[in-house]
Order: sequence, then C-alpha cells, then structure tokens
Amino acid sequence: MTDKPLVKDFATEWDHADPQWVADPYPIWEDLRQRCPVAHTDRYGGGWFPATHAGVSAIAKDTKNFTSRTVIIGNGRPTELDLPAPIGVAPPITSDPPFHAIARKLILPAFAPGPINALEPMIRALCAKLIDGLEGDVVNAGMAYAKYIPPSVIRTMLGFPEDDIERFIEFIDIVLEGIDHPLEQRIEEFAPVEEYFVAQMEDHLANPRDDLTSYLLNVEIEGQKLQPEHVFGTMVLVLIAGIDTTWSAIGSSLWHLASHPDDLARLVNEPDLMPVAIEEFLRYYAPVTMARLVKHDMEYLGCSMKEDDWILLGFPAANRDPAMFKDADQFIIDREENRHVAFGLGIHRCAGSNLARLELRVAIEEFIKRFPRFELADPDAVTWASGQIRGPRNLPIRILQQ
Amino acid sequence: MKVRIDPELCQGQGRCFSIAPSIFDFDDLGNGVVIGDGTLDDDTMKLAQLAQSNCPEHAIFIEE
Ligand code: HEM
Ligand code: SF4
Repeated sequence: MTDKPLVKDFATEWDHADPQWVADPYPIWEDLRQRCPVAHTDRYGGGWFPATHAGVSAIAKDTKNFTSRTVIIGNGRPTELDLPAPIGVAPPITSDPPFHAIARKLILPAFAPGPINALEPMIRALCAKLIDGLEGDVVNAGMAYAKYIPPSVIRTMLGFPEDDIERFIEFIDIVLEGIDHPLEQRIEEFAPVEEYFVAQMEDHLANPRDDLTSYLLNVEIEGQKLQPEHVFGTMVLVLIAGIDTTWSAIGSSLWHLASHPDDLARLVNEPDLMPVAIEEFLRYYAPVTMARLVKHDMEYLGCSMKEDDWILLGFPAANRDPAMFKDADQFIIDREENRHVAFGLGIHRCAGSNLARLELRVAIEEFIKRFPRFELADPDAVTWASGQIRGPRNLPIRILQQ
Repeated sequence: MKVRIDPELCQGQGRCFSIAPSIFDFDDLGNGVVIGDGTLDDDTMKLAQLAQSNCPEHAIFIEE
C-alpha cells in the first residue's frame, strides 16, 4: 500500500496512511493525548495533528490563523496551483471568510431539514430495493449495500436519469480517486465527468424541474445566476463530500452491529432508540478527518507552526477524548449527552448533515428490519479505507436465522 | 427561566430541534430557532437541558 517506512513514533512522525493507523487508529490517538496533545510529522512536507477535543475545536473555529484553501493533505507542501484563493476549488468547503458565507448560504436551503425530510420515502424504497437484490447467506453489506445508497440518493436529488446509475457511480470513483492528483491530471480525468454533467445542465436549462440541478442553475448571488463552472464545482463538491463519507458511516454502523449482538438486539427491540443510537455511531466511528493550512509562522498550542504546515483535524479523535466524553472509549448505544463533532465545528460544519443522518438512519432501519440477526462472516476479510475518510469497504456479513 | 439560541454560535447542527421539537424549530437555512419566547416550565426545562448538553457548538443558553 505504501513504500514509506512504517511509523515508529506517531508523536513525531504521524502518518494517516500508515498501516497501523488505517487498521486501528484509536489506541494511537489515546497514547498521543496522554503524551503530547499535538503530534508533529515531517511527512507530507510537515504538519501537526491535535488529538484532543480542545485542540481540534480551537483550530476548527479559528479562521484567522488557519485556512481551508485545501482540505485534503497532498504529497508535499501545497503549491500555488493547489490554492486558488479566495474561493477555492470547491466552495464553500475550500473557501475562507468572507466568501465562505456567500457560498454556504447558497446551498444550505437545499439541504435544510424541510426539503431533506421529504426524501425519506424515496430513500426507504431505495434501501428496500437494494436489500431485495442481496442474495445468499453471506452478503457484502459494504460493496453491495452501503456503497450504493448515497450515490443513488444524490443521483435522484440531482435529477439525473435513473438508467445512468452505473455510469454515475463510475464518475464518482473518478472524482474520489482523483481528488489529490495534480491539477493537470485531474482536469484530464474529470473531462468525461464534466461532459456528462454539462449535458445534464443543458437539459435542465431547457426543461427546468424541481430538483437540485435546477435549484443550482436558478439560485442567485446578489442578483446574478451562477456561472456553469460554479454549478459544476458545487455538484462535484456534493459528490466528494456526500458519498464516501455517508457510505463509511453506514458501513461502520453495520460492522458494529454485526460484531455486537447485544446492541443489535436492543435496536431491533427498541426502535425508538434509533435517533440516539445514530449519534453514538457518528461519535464512535466518525468517518471524516479534514485538513487546514497554517496561515503564517506562529506559536500555537505550544507548537512552533510554520506557514503552509498541514493541520490534520481529527474530528474522530476529538470524539474519543475522555476530557469531553464520559467513558469515551465505550460505545453506549443510549448515550444521553453527546456533543460529538463528527460533522465538524464552526463555519464549515457539514452542510449535508440532515441528509447524512437521514440516510444513515433509514439504511440501518431497513437492514435490521429485514435481517434482525447477523454477524461478521469473516472478520479478517473486512478491509478499511485509508486516507482522510475511514470506513469498511469489503464487509461480508452472514445472515442468521431469527 | 428562558431558553435562547445564540445565532452567532449556532451552525445548524440540528441536535436541538431533533431532541426537543416542542421547544426548537429550524429556519430556511437549517439553523436552530426557539419557538415562541422560550419560557420553560418544569417539564420543558428537562428537555431544554438535554438539548443544551447535546449542542456541539455550545450555542444554547438557559437563563433567568
Ligand atoms: C456521515 C456523513 C458525513 C460526515 C461525517 C460529514 C462530515 C463533514 C465534516 C467533518 C465537514 C467539515 C469540513 C471542514 O471542517 O473542513 C463537512 C463539510 C461539508 N459536508 Fe459533510 N459529511 C457527511 C455527509 C455529507 C453529505 C451527505 C453532504 C451533501 C450531500 C455533505 C456536504 C458537505 C458540505 C457541502 C460541506 C462543506 C460545508 C462548508 O464548508 O461550509 N456532507 N462534512
Ligand atoms: S443544536 Fe446547537 S448548533 Fe445545532 S441547531 Fe441547535 S443550537 Fe444550532
């Protein structure tokens, strides 16, 4: 997977692609919290990793000293090409104030609880249909179920043809894999995606309808409609931000239930517990880690940070900090107080959280309704995504008799 | 006692109106708002406190 030497000490050379971190990062973070709350690395051109809730929270809320111009860690220090200020490649996630607020306000109404809650029957039908297609005693709950839910939902929201779903999923693979490729290569790789999306936009311009594509084509900033490039950029952002994140959250939750029969039985018997359980899944298995760049040389949290050093914002690590959560290392399915930060903190707080929560809840509800008992078919066969999004990919689950 | 949301701090994490829909609602952007003038009685106080202890942004205040 990597030709880099294995990490010996994560306090001085952390690496989120190291096999030990990919396999089980939680003990590493607990160790860091006790020894040195902000870890350093020379890899990736140099960077810092705060492992505490306090450290993550301080940096996430501090847009004066840190920039979001790139949120995915590249191979070395960022070049000017990576940093088209101030809007960024994919507004609002890569934008800083003041532009950020404008770009964010534009998309928030489309993802507010009202329009999102209306999607519940569609998502439920979609999950049921995917479950109908699962065959045999052992099913791949990752690659054949969790993976398909977010793309199918977004395709429906965008109003792209249902028959294009396989193509749409191929496009998503291109976009997600190309995310940290050099700009020139990325433009080349994205060409077929752009061509397809532009054709869809033209069709929507000719025949407007009630969907996200028409919404983005018609929404105005200060009396002006968006340029098609901006609409395309926003669609790509929704794909990047909304797919493998949610897929990972669904997968981790099913993985947990497959390996904890007591929790599975409780959820089956007490469906009212679901909203609280969803928050605990999100806390315990938070899938998303985001990056920032240091804006200027400074002393911060006791570290000598340099301009353009990376910061890896470990929301999942913050969620396991005992200073913030009682019994932080325990999964408590009915945890009452849960200020978890799986969706981030501050101005970049996930714009899609209402949709993500709905997909996660319905995906689990439908799965356990059809399969009230299941277990991991082969724990060693489960694979985990590496990089800044964490969740199971291959997830063979054995369906048990009731 | 009254409950209030600080709009500067609220980022629309949506925990309050899921936990206590009788006390909180959301606006067009999905940010939390208090229904009515936010006056709490013994019953709603508990719910408001639960919502407060789940708001990741510490944006909910219960005060005289
Ligand atoms: C369980 C699933 C998800 C998780 C855990 C998650 C997590 C996050 C996090 C941590 C951020 C903050 C990024 C930062 O601070 O730099 C974020 C931002 C964002 N997310 Fe999500 N996300 C999920 C699903 C979605 C979905 C389904 C969508 C939309 C379809 C979405 C759209 C966005 C957008 C647009 C932003 C940028 C907001 C801004 O910069 O103002 N996310 N997400
Ligand atoms: S829980 Fe907090 S951040 Fe979320 S909507 Fe309510 S007040 Fe706002």
